[in-house]
Amino acid sequence: MVIYGVALLAGCMMAGLVIGDMLGEILNIDSNLGGVGIAMLLLIFITGVLKERGKMADSTSSGINFWNAMYIPIVVAMAASQNVAAAFSGGMVALVAGVLAVVLGLALVPILTGKRPETALDDAADDGYTPTKTSVTTGAAVLDRSRHATPATNTTPTHRQ
Amino acid sequence: MIDSIVHLFDKYHLVAAFAVIGLAMYVAYWISNNLTRGKLHGSAIAIILGLILAYVGGISTGGSKGLSDVTLFSGLGLMGGGMLRDLAIIATAYGVNLKEIRQTGFRGVIALFVGVLISFIAGAGVAIAFGYTDPVDITTIGAGAVTYIVGPVTGATLGASSEVVALSIAAGLVKSILTMVATPMTARLIGLDNPRSAMIFGGLIGTTSGVAAGLAATDARLVPYGAMTATFYTGLGILLAPTVLFLAVRAVM
Repeated sequence: MVIYGVALLAGCMMAGLVIGDMLGEILNIDSNLGGVGIAMLLLIFITGVLKERGKMADSTSSGINFWNAMYIPIVVAMAASQNVAAAFSGGMVALVAGVLAVVLGLALVPILTGKRPETALDDAADDGYTPTKTSVTTGAAVLDRSRHATPATNTTPTHRQ
Repeated sequence: MIDSIVHLFDKYHLVAAFAVIGLAMYVAYWISNNLTRGKLHGSAIAIILGLILAYVGGISTGGSKGLSDVTLFSGLGLMGGGMLRDLAIIATAYGVNLKEIRQTGFRGVIALFVGVLISFIAGAGVAIAFGYTDPVDITTIGAGAVTYIVGPVTGATLGASSEVVALSIAAGLVKSILTMVATPMTARLIGLDNPRSAMIFGGLIGTTSGVAAGLAATDARLVPYGAMTATFYTGLGILLAPTVLFLAVRAVM
């Protein structure tokens, strides 16, 4: 039944929140410490065990999947009920913080990837690299066009008999 | 006539909110498909629409709860409030396969932790640079630079003000949108052409809609690899930001 899935989800949430509250009390902080994250881990483990034993019916899954699918709309509703008007007075903080996070994240990709693995997907040859682009904010159109051009050349031979 | 409609919307506020948000999502995905040719993800546009509506609502009512201060849309406060939001976020963890985590390997896990940490430090550093001194505010803005989900969840947990929560969502949004735009542009530069680097990319950037849309614009075959690690990112952020990272900020400040 669908309610089993919803109840499982709700049970994990309440259990996670209780644990989070207890952690908060132990550490003497007047707040819930990671209750949502703990609930997520609980849900992953419990549904994993249930699936392995074949006790996860489709209707049960759909009770969880409904809320999974609702998360973007709920986040939209959340965004629509935030105090954006006040946030705009200090909007540069958000802009600089967001840009810095992306730039640092992208820069670290090659460092953490390390040596290029042999499993690279074999599409366009890598020697067509153009070192003209220097920053994140420029040169978009040029690269986009080359990106759209590659699949087009790949698909041309199909119409031949 | 008008009065009775307003009264009905107020009485059945949650149901009305579902209808309003559904309409907003439809408009957002229409814009995404027709005006940006799918380059900017529909969910990101929907959230921008939500923030714009909240701005309009806040300006017109002078309240602190965005569009939900308008009587007609009071249900948005319940729909986007802590209870349903946390329930939906926890539900996103469903379908994550523990075996797939192991296949991501050591580097993927490192990328997840480094990604959350580096984004948080970037956001928190900027917050300090802009003159914020309260550990709760700094943590919330830092968490917002992790993702626009981690920010408000952290803010709600720590009891941050609505302004700071909105700022953290905005920081996460900037990150998500910039990821969609910057990923195809920098893909070659950072070697983003194989499953391993895609997983590490997903772990480092983490904002799921940004990663999924950015990888789709680069090479659709890379999407599942990046999205797989990215789905753990928000969970890890929610676990770390209000706990370990908050304690660290409080110790430093």
